[in-house]
Amino acid sequence: MAVQDGIESSQKASSFIYDPKVRSLFSQAVLIAVLIWLGYSVVQNTIANLERQNIASGFGFLDTTAGFAVGQSLIAYSEASSYGRTFVVGLLNTLLVSVIGIAIATVLGFIFGIARLSNNWVISKIAYVYVEVMRNLPLLLQIFFWYFAVLRSVPGPRESITVFDSIFINNRGLKLPKPLYEPGAGLVGISILVAIAAVWLLRRWARKRQMATGEQFPVFQWAVAILFGLPLVVFYLTGSPVSFEYPELRGFNFQGGLTIIPEFVALLLALSVYTGAFIAEIVRAGILAVSRGQTEASYALGLRPGPTLRLVVIPQALRVIIPPLTSQYLNLTKNSSLAVAIAYPDLVSVFAGTTLNQTGQAVEILGMTLAVYLTLSLLTSALMNWYNRRVALVER
Amino acid sequence: MNKLVLGSAVAAALGLSAATASAATLDDVKAKGSIQCGVSQGLPGFSNTDDAGTWTGLDVDFCRAMAAAIFDDPEAVRYTPLSAKERFTALQSGEVDVLSRNTTWTMQRDTALGLNFAGVTYYDGQGFMVRRDLGVASALELSGASVCTNTGTTTELNVADYFRANDMPYEIVAFEKADEVVQAYDAGRCDVYTTDASGLYAQRLKLTNPDEHMVLPEIISKEPLGPVVRQGDDQWFNITKWVYFALVNAEELGVTAANVEEMKGSNNPAIKRLLGVEGAFGEAIGLENDWAARVIAHVGNYGEIFERNVGPDTPLGISRGLNALWSEGGIQYAPPIR
Repeated sequence: MAVQDGIESSQKASSFIYDPKVRSLFSQAVLIAVLIWLGYSVVQNTIANLERQNIASGFGFLDTTAGFAVGQSLIAYSEASSYGRTFVVGLLNTLLVSVIGIAIATVLGFIFGIARLSNNWVISKIAYVYVEVMRNLPLLLQIFFWYFAVLRSVPGPRESITVFDSIFINNRGLKLPKPLYEPGAGLVGISILVAIAAVWLLRRWARKRQMATGEQFPVFQWAVAILFGLPLVVFYLTGSPVSFEYPELRGFNFQGGLTIIPEFVALLLALSVYTGAFIAEIVRAGILAVSRGQTEASYALGLRPGPTLRLVVIPQALRVIIPPLTSQYLNLTKNSSLAVAIAYPDLVSVFAGTTLNQTGQAVEILGMTLAVYLTLSLLTSALMNWYNRRVALVER
Repeated sequence: MNKLVLGSAVAAALGLSAATASAATLDDVKAKGSIQCGVSQGLPGFSNTDDAGTWTGLDVDFCRAMAAAIFDDPEAVRYTPLSAKERFTALQSGEVDVLSRNTTWTMQRDTALGLNFAGVTYYDGQGFMVRRDLGVASALELSGASVCTNTGTTTELNVADYFRANDMPYEIVAFEKADEVVQAYDAGRCDVYTTDASGLYAQRLKLTNPDEHMVLPEIISKEPLGPVVRQGDDQWFNITKWVYFALVNAEELGVTAANVEEMKGSNNPAIKRLLGVEGAFGEAIGLENDWAARVIAHVGNYGEIFERNVGPDTPLGISRGLNALWSEGGIQYAPPIR
């Protein structure tokens, strides 16, 4: 009896050890514990080493006066501003080039992706060359190319290319008249918003009517009329409350007006042309993924090639296009940090560059910069995932 | 299996941190057999590679002097080219043993970054370069100009201070690498190129037509440039400091690469102490007693290094000015070896 008891208990113990569930739980717990300990010791090590080497740490530096200038700022910034503000200035510059870059890259990508599938030999070969050349050259090289191409091909300030006596192009940038708002300008702004809302409502109404009666409504012509007409009417009724400050050549360069710096133009061109080539391939793949039968069915129903593409093919292709498109958007945002090579004052150049060097607080500053790129990437992919769910195939 | 991999990763991480934690740089250097020296990415006269790919320049010669003092071999140096932005992190993290990269000695860098400046191998000041055809004669006429410079330098701060103090608007265009600044200035992106005056003379050589550009007379800042080491290793700090002092003392005492052997027989006790014939000064910093004699035999004294790399007979053509010995109207001065 006693012997049997012993066998049973050893069987229990051994079955406990050999239980795959227990074993996997145990090994996972060990893995997590080791990871936590690893992270903890890295942090502890860093803090201890910083202290031992007498290197300043903490985030107090963010309130200290920066003392250096930044070439382009979307918010008020001067040398007397704080290091914390250099962070915001850099972040906004990164966002500016990323958002506009994404918009242009998407347009380029769709145009060339569709063009590559064109039956017209010349158009499809042009798209082919664009995609193959741009996709296969290193981005940094392209940035330098655009930068020096832009710089070398335009004249100095005194020989500026002049358009309508109000726009000037030279190697210091593109100078535009700057709008000055007077009382009443707010009404014009409101009228633009009203016009946009009206177009949206019109479009909904037109679609409903088409569903119900089959009659089409010329939405596009009306939208243009409303978008431009309404603000113009309000503009003149309020007595032209917007005037312009024109750039003027004084001393070394044009003073006044709005300036678009060449670094921005070069970076924007390089990023959007490069990413556009990848998007073109994604769009082409998406369209090819839609079965030929869909197009043929559409033709059979009497739709012309344009509406077939717009109403039948692309909505289905989007399901294939959106996920890889998201990673191209993320790439573009991250690649914008190459700006540092051509002096565009983005986050990496201003904050993780100059500010880092003046304060020497590499751990904090790089931590903040990493957090920004991570947040931007996660936000972009959350937005795109939301859109993906909207266009995804709804199975009934 | 997983645990094994993780375990070794942890051990590796701890091993790495242990290596950086050890303070005796001299022992590490001796074990490696060479000094890891942080230099610029290419500044003629200070640290630059020649046609054969060898590093030359005033800053490079300082590293070679240290190698000569430690190993009796000026070639026992490995160079790490660093951008202005990377340099301090590279030194702090132990990637380089000494930073000899035209670095300005400022209070913030000396105190808050955990670094020690060992001396001033070159007294510099910030200047401006412009195109001759602009017709500008003084920096005070630069109101509204576009200014090209390097990121992560004191230059960026000085130019901000100068234009603010004189109430002049300006546009800053800051690049990471010096070569890109020169290219952009050459392409006409900026009216003005600003950096340390020595750098202006050096970079001017890289322009398409160097003669079309001129350096303005104003010097707007004090830029004492010198070698830097980490805090917390006094022995290594002392070696760096005294290699520099030995170079200056040698010039003052008239000891050159050519006459160093002969000078060992000199009756002047100061020379005897410098060359290790009398006293045990080398031992006190962990080296052989003839450490300074080795330095001078291999790389020459301070004056020789200056003349060879940046002096009037070089393409840079910089006169001694502030960098002459104190006894000759300059401010290069070293404490005595005794």
